[in-house]
Amino acid sequence: MDFILDHLLSLILFTPVLAALILVFVPKEKESFLRWFAFGASLVPLVLTLILWFRFDSLKPGFQFSERAIWYEAINSSFHVGVDGLSLTMVLLTTLLTPISVLASFNIKDRIKSYMILFLLLEMGMLGVFLSLDLLLFFVFWEIGLVPMYFLINQWGSEKGEREIWGGRKVSARVYASFKFMVYTMAGSLGLLLAIQMIGVVSGTFDIQEIFKVWPTIEGTLFGLPVSTVKTAAFWAFVVAFALKVPVWPFHTWLPDAHTEAPTAGSMILAGVLLKLGAYGFLRLVLPLYPEQAQAYAGVLALLATLAIIFGALAAYGQSDFKRLVAYSSVNHMGFVVLGIAAAGLAAGTADAEHARIALNGAVLQMFNHGLSAAGMFFLVGVIYERTHSRNLEDFGGLFPLIPIFGGILMFTSMASLGLPGLNGFISEFLVVRGSWPIFTLFTALSMIGLFFTGAYILKGIKQVLHGPMNEKWVGHLSEINRREIIVMAPLLVLMLWIGVWPSWILDVINKAVQFLY
Amino acid sequence: MQFPILSVIVFTPIVTGLLLLLFPGERKQAIRITALAASTVNLVLSIYAYLAYEIGGPRYQMIEKIPWLPKLGISYHVGIDGISAPLVLLTGVVMFTGVLISWGIDDRPREFFAFLFILATGVFGVFVSLDLFMLFFFYEIAVFPMYLLIAIWGWKVTREYAAMKLTLYLFIGSVIALVGALAMYFTAGMQTFDMLELEKAGFSLGFQQLWFPFVFLGFAVLGGIWPFHNWSPDGHVAAPTAVSMFHAGVLMKLGAFASLRVGIMLLPEGAKYWMPVAIFLTLVNVVYGAFIAMVQTDFKYVIGFSSVSHMGLVLMGFATLNRNGLIGAGVQMFSHGVMTALFFAVVGMVYDQAHTREIPKLGGFVKRMPWVAIAFIIGGLVSMGMPGFSGFVAEFPIFMGVWRTRPWIAILAGVSIVVTASYVLNVVRGVFFGKMPAEFEGHITDVNVLDKIALVVLCALLIGIGVFPSVMVPLVESGVDSVLGLLGGA
Repeated sequence: MDFILDHLLSLILFTPVLAALILVFVPKEKESFLRWFAFGASLVPLVLTLILWFRFDSLKPGFQFSERAIWYEAINSSFHVGVDGLSLTMVLLTTLLTPISVLASFNIKDRIKSYMILFLLLEMGMLGVFLSLDLLLFFVFWEIGLVPMYFLINQWGSEKGEREIWGGRKVSARVYASFKFMVYTMAGSLGLLLAIQMIGVVSGTFDIQEIFKVWPTIEGTLFGLPVSTVKTAAFWAFVVAFALKVPVWPFHTWLPDAHTEAPTAGSMILAGVLLKLGAYGFLRLVLPLYPEQAQAYAGVLALLATLAIIFGALAAYGQSDFKRLVAYSSVNHMGFVVLGIAAAGLAAGTADAEHARIALNGAVLQMFNHGLSAAGMFFLVGVIYERTHSRNLEDFGGLFPLIPIFGGILMFTSMASLGLPGLNGFISEFLVVRGSWPIFTLFTALSMIGLFFTGAYILKGIKQVLHGPMNEKWVGHLSEINRREIIVMAPLLVLMLWIGVWPSWILDVINKAVQFLY
Repeated sequence: MQFPILSVIVFTPIVTGLLLLLFPGERKQAIRITALAASTVNLVLSIYAYLAYEIGGPRYQMIEKIPWLPKLGISYHVGIDGISAPLVLLTGVVMFTGVLISWGIDDRPREFFAFLFILATGVFGVFVSLDLFMLFFFYEIAVFPMYLLIAIWGWKVTREYAAMKLTLYLFIGSVIALVGALAMYFTAGMQTFDMLELEKAGFSLGFQQLWFPFVFLGFAVLGGIWPFHNWSPDGHVAAPTAVSMFHAGVLMKLGAFASLRVGIMLLPEGAKYWMPVAIFLTLVNVVYGAFIAMVQTDFKYVIGFSSVSHMGLVLMGFATLNRNGLIGAGVQMFSHGVMTALFFAVVGMVYDQAHTREIPKLGGFVKRMPWVAIAFIIGGLVSMGMPGFSGFVAEFPIFMGVWRTRPWIAILAGVSIVVTASYVLNVVRGVFFGKMPAEFEGHITDVNVLDKIALVVLCALLIGIGVFPSVMVPLVESGVDSVLGLLGGA
């Protein structure tokens, strides 16, 4: 037991890898064993995270459960992990969504073994980002998560659709989407990589806590340039990398393609967790490392966030593809996270700091909430796609009487996503808006336009699927959501309601972390 | 007397090679088994030498020294330090896997393996030589069999041209380097070719600045430095699979290693003087090589140009002349050696089945050759510097080293990472995924178990170093320390 408690984070991080290694040696014909083993293995980190959650002392500042081991000594980088309230929330989200997504993938029939191995490796990559306290390690996990996701989209993505690329050659949509996802993200992280190298060279260490101490004290010139210029360049390198991942308008164009073409569980994880990596990067690294630059350019970030909220909502409204609609809704919802972060960037250390904390609380909770609702929405789109082989909203209509349980769940999840009071989305968006209002009054007010269109596109989705004249061709062909699928949705629905009605269990942890940090 | 492990490593291949020539040519199976046995012995010994090297001990270990031509000051003097130990291991690995995947060679396997082994002796010899004359001696032994191997067993379309081009380039390079070496010998006036002695010769600043470019560039031609890289993609493509593996995997390291050992370590002041030029040339290597690789349609040419790009990083690491850069370059030599050997092995396996290397004509091989596809993907990830694989462990310190000297070069070189990612993904998609063309359906079979062993060995090294850098980095670091000592602690 002591061993488990002493190495809790390593165990959470590496159980999925161990499971993936074991799966390598399982013959690929044993399909049901492969599925259940992967599911069971992904439950272990969840259980460990729950232990972590209850043993975590939110009143203590700093990182807890830290572990440190020698890794790359020659450049002073070590395997250093730890959690605070911020990362703990994200770890919980990840370990919660992974088993759910594995369960959601039980309908995958093609090459189950490779699929499950990639999925478990993906979980490690995401957890690693949230747990790392070493900048190099952070980058290692940041990049490594791309590989499994690339292959999940490229190999198990939707089989229909073609895209024309330069030279008039046609490639299938999933190949196009996965390539775009990978190259966009790698190009975005290039600046991050270079900036991390530069920080490592300048501060002589990659340990995040030490960099926090050393980095602000650097003065004079670096590489023949004034320090502030170098810092501004590095700030933008970080911002671009993270903004691409969130994604902030106008860096979002990879997202609709990747989300639409990915297999259902891939979209769930992509929207549920992967987008949070970018926002987490802002909170963990950008705000503490570059407070002055964050303050100077907060207006730009807030503007982009507002545009993401408005354009994301408008674009979602304009879609006729149900999955694409949900994909654009992510741009819209994640915009609020960035708005909160921008507000905190501007106001930290000023008289408005209290408002900034409220906005940050909202932003972090919004990350968690969007994880729940986006995963849920993508899963529901997947459920109906599996039955109808269509994602086109025109093909549906009036399905509520045919599949009432599905209809109810879709309605509930949509409302959570919309921000109906009493459900989770309302709490977090309200906090962001409440906190940002005194800081960015104009932008916050403008984002309300986005909020209006959020309502519009959600209702459009519901209307075209569930209401209106019934599309007769589905009568007798459409089966109700099955038990496995309900089990997938159940934890998400419970949490949406729970956070909506009584958010303090999670807000306490987030709030303490925010107080300590900013 | 201690067991002369380095001499055994160096001479086992050539002795085996000569023995093979005595075999009757039709006993092909016996020839192959003998070759495999000898390469296994070499692999085991080089692993032993790698592990037995004591970090923190004397700089050169496992030394053997026998006077050879005392009048001229030439002796048989060998030993390994932290930089050459991984390269000896690399040669052992590439030799072993090269024999495994050449099992199917049916055209005069006796001569093929004999020449390959003579070449191996030359390579091992260069890595362990501590005597300048011996170094040149082994260097030429390594270059000459390459000509025959390419011209006789190579790709029929370009083999004569490529073999000629390669040999002439390398020959000219080595002659230029030799001139520099002779200048050192006569100027030092110590009547010795021993490099450990020459390090202390205290050449004048003017002398070093004059001769450094000759020595460095002469060897760096074999390392593929721009604008003298031209021979390398042609040579790689024309060579038979095992030879390409040796060629890109080990021989290019030979050039890089010799330019470090002879150029930078013997003429440190010259190195400092010419560093800005060298770093610029290697920048062109890194970025231009990557772009050229991207536009190739021949699978093997993609890999050939990617070698130019990656070897540029090795030389760039050298050119930084600081700790980070040199450590990275040392690891990159090993990492790239293994990676590119893996690449060429994969290309060979695909070509053997498909008889074409045009990427647009291939596709869907993952279903028939899953091991090969996974191995290529792993190699590709190493190539794009994906964290968790050895390429990242090597490239990251190189970039840090460049940041310390020329920040804007680091930023420009970074472009190559994205370009590399895009061509690797294109190849993966074009060759292994997608739809298999109808003409291949039913013809393509999976590789045999020997090929699989070779792939697994190479992949395991790439992942092992990526996840646990400490299995190699401290060793390289100890070697780098002594280089830095010569550079005056820079």
